[in-house]
Amino acid sequence: MSLNILLCGVGGQGIVLASRILATAAMNRGQNVLSAETIGMAQKGGSVFSHVRVGDKIESPMISLGEADIIIGFEPAEAARMMPYLREGGSVVVCSDPVMPALASLTGNTYSGDEMITYIRKKAGTVTVVAGNERCRKAGSPKVLNLIMLGEAVRCGELGFTMDEIKEALRQKVKPEFLELNMKALEQQGGVIW
Amino acid sequence: MQKKFLMGNEAMGLGALAAGVNSVSGYPGTPSSEVLETIAKNNDGNVYVEWSVNEKAGLEVAAGAAMAGGRALVTMKQVGLNVASDPLMSLAYVGIKGGMVVLVADDPGPISSQTEQDTRTFAMYSKLPCFDPSSVQEAYDMMIDAFEYSEKYSTPVIMRPTTRVCHGYSDIDVRDKESFYRNSPEGFVKDSKWVIFPPLAYRAHNMIEPRNEAVGEEFSSYKYNISDMRSGSTGIVSSGISWTYVKEALEADNEIKNEAPSLLKISTPFPFPEKLAADFLKGKEKVICIEELDPFIERQLLQICGKYKIPVEIKGKLSHDVRHAGENTRDSVRDDIREFLGYERFNLQQEDIDMPQMPARPPVLCAGCPHRAAFYAVKKAMKGQKTVFCGDIGCYTLGNAAPLDMVDTCLCMGAGVNQAQGIMHMEPDRKCFAFVGDSTFFASAVSGAINSVYNGADMTLVILDNSTTAMTGHQPHPGTGMTMMGEMGNRISITSVLEGIGLAAVETADPLNLDEAVETVKRISSIKGTKAIIFKSPCIAIEKKKAYLEVTEDKCKGCRQCVDTIGCPAIGFADGKAYVDSGLCNACGLCSQICAFDAFDRKEGSL
Repeated sequence: MSLNILLCGVGGQGIVLASRILATAAMNRGQNVLSAETIGMAQKGGSVFSHVRVGDKIESPMISLGEADIIIGFEPAEAARMMPYLREGGSVVVCSDPVMPALASLTGNTYSGDEMITYIRKKAGTVTVVAGNERCRKAGSPKVLNLIMLGEAVRCGELGFTMDEIKEALRQKVKPEFLELNMKALEQQGGVIW
Repeated sequence: MQKKFLMGNEAMGLGALAAGVNSVSGYPGTPSSEVLETIAKNNDGNVYVEWSVNEKAGLEVAAGAAMAGGRALVTMKQVGLNVASDPLMSLAYVGIKGGMVVLVADDPGPISSQTEQDTRTFAMYSKLPCFDPSSVQEAYDMMIDAFEYSEKYSTPVIMRPTTRVCHGYSDIDVRDKESFYRNSPEGFVKDSKWVIFPPLAYRAHNMIEPRNEAVGEEFSSYKYNISDMRSGSTGIVSSGISWTYVKEALEADNEIKNEAPSLLKISTPFPFPEKLAADFLKGKEKVICIEELDPFIERQLLQICGKYKIPVEIKGKLSHDVRHAGENTRDSVRDDIREFLGYERFNLQQEDIDMPQMPARPPVLCAGCPHRAAFYAVKKAMKGQKTVFCGDIGCYTLGNAAPLDMVDTCLCMGAGVNQAQGIMHMEPDRKCFAFVGDSTFFASAVSGAINSVYNGADMTLVILDNSTTAMTGHQPHPGTGMTMMGEMGNRISITSVLEGIGLAAVETADPLNLDEAVETVKRISSIKGTKAIIFKSPCIAIEKKKAYLEVTEDKCKGCRQCVDTIGCPAIGFADGKAYVDSGLCNACGLCSQICAFDAFDRKEGSL
């Protein structure tokens, strides 16, 4: 059995840490894990993805089209962009708040987040839409969107990891001074749009 | 042994430490930079580590260290090898004493490079053994093997990973510190063999060719060259990350699996494991090569078929069965194999008609980036004049985008300053500018400045000095003085260098002071000869954020001047007014200097 998790969003949303937490959780179980992500130009406001693959028979760090068990989208258009990677009946956990491309006011390169969510709902098995901005305000920091998204991914039941496993990995991956804030974000509930 | 979750580049850095490396040099370049950084981070003080001024210097430092009996590693990206090719070609003839590995990271796609050149082909051209790992574990293991082969055959060895191996992560087995190889350099021993002369080159050439035959023979039984014979009459030959795509296609696709094609993996593309490949090809009906960049394996197989008179059909890029350019993906590889075996392609990459229009997210200069201010100052100062703006390699290449539109050419590291001269010699009435960053200036634009002064060119060199190598992750360079041994070394002053060369004028200005910057450009560019403006202001990513700006709504008249002229990602426009994304804003103040209505207000602190 293999588990394919695809995380996506835009640079600066904390996707890399979320991906490391998942990899750590898998290693704690003694499972093989492979991962790949965008590095470089993408950090300057570009699209960012991270593939996390767990299991015995995996060779490549890349998830193929139609193979992801779950997509955790930190941004609606980026989640929609990755939909071809979702397997039939796969799950999506997506943040409802769009992050417009840089210079959208100049180029007119804008879109509606709702349109993206509608498309995702049409294609995915189960969809959890998370009011990310509101949840971050509640948590008191814009930097915990990653843990809020991971928390919802656990609660949707399709992540393949339990809350305890994620908590243990979080303890290993986050500096002690940020642990409490991140732990609270992981456990925070509410603000899910069905 | 212990398990660690590592990036491919970290694994190769740790592999070099396990191999007892004594000297590590290199120049930053995606996707190679983290190798040297990993070694610096894990250095117990016994390894000499430096960011060299460019790849040529890095390779020569490594050559010297290896001639003194040290184990030496030099790291670079593929285009960096072009810069280092002069010493490498000769070193291949001279040879080394301590093991020497030249790590060159290739970038199929290309994702962040100028070319899709293939270092395997370069290895063949330079007659040097080459390793091509397909996983993070192999990258670690092969780094250790590469040092051993290098010492065994007294030749530099090329380690050639690609982006997906460099930046892929995996849990791998690494050696405990106790089992690291320890190398104590014997020291340099004087010998005429270290001095290349035509007779030496002739003798060396006569030795290199049979040596490479012997290495190829040995590679035929190298543990990571794998021949997996199955019952089918077809074969798939692959390498690097593509090998993992092939294996997964066989696992996931029953139609492919049932055909039972035999598999051959080439981890040492040069010298090619000829015997292994010939044995593989014999009795096959047809074979497809799944590889990225050059049809390297395909050419080798065609050659072997001719040499050994093996009647097998070789398919790949040359036969137009695999596309020439870009990265392979798991889906493209599965489809290529399906088609090869007589099945329909899945073509999963076809467009989904339901999918909404997807926003492009092109990279832009950061909010508050001093390069934006410098470009804007030159643009404003030269408005209405016949100009050319030669660009270079770095974050500032992004100055090409609208609305700045300030990069007319970009070729390779350090090219802009010389291109500007060439254009000027053809069109003396054109005002020629060359923009170059501080790290690129030291890497390869100094000689261009000398060329310009010596040959009497009339041009303005604009140095965008942000005190770091920003594009590749903020590495130090000669202008910062920080070294990779963690010490403050000697700082080289760009002004002193240019004054020493004898430019007609060298002036430093603050790009964030718009009026002063524009006045400086007008004044300096009107002087005859080669002159330089150093726009000095630190990269916002290395400075702590102190303030941000806000738009005072009743002052903003909605003229869009700020949105339409400087292209700052922190400035947006909604409901007829400009607004500032305070989280992105770094309070460079450029917008407030172009606003005719004084609508931007500075706030101290950060939100």
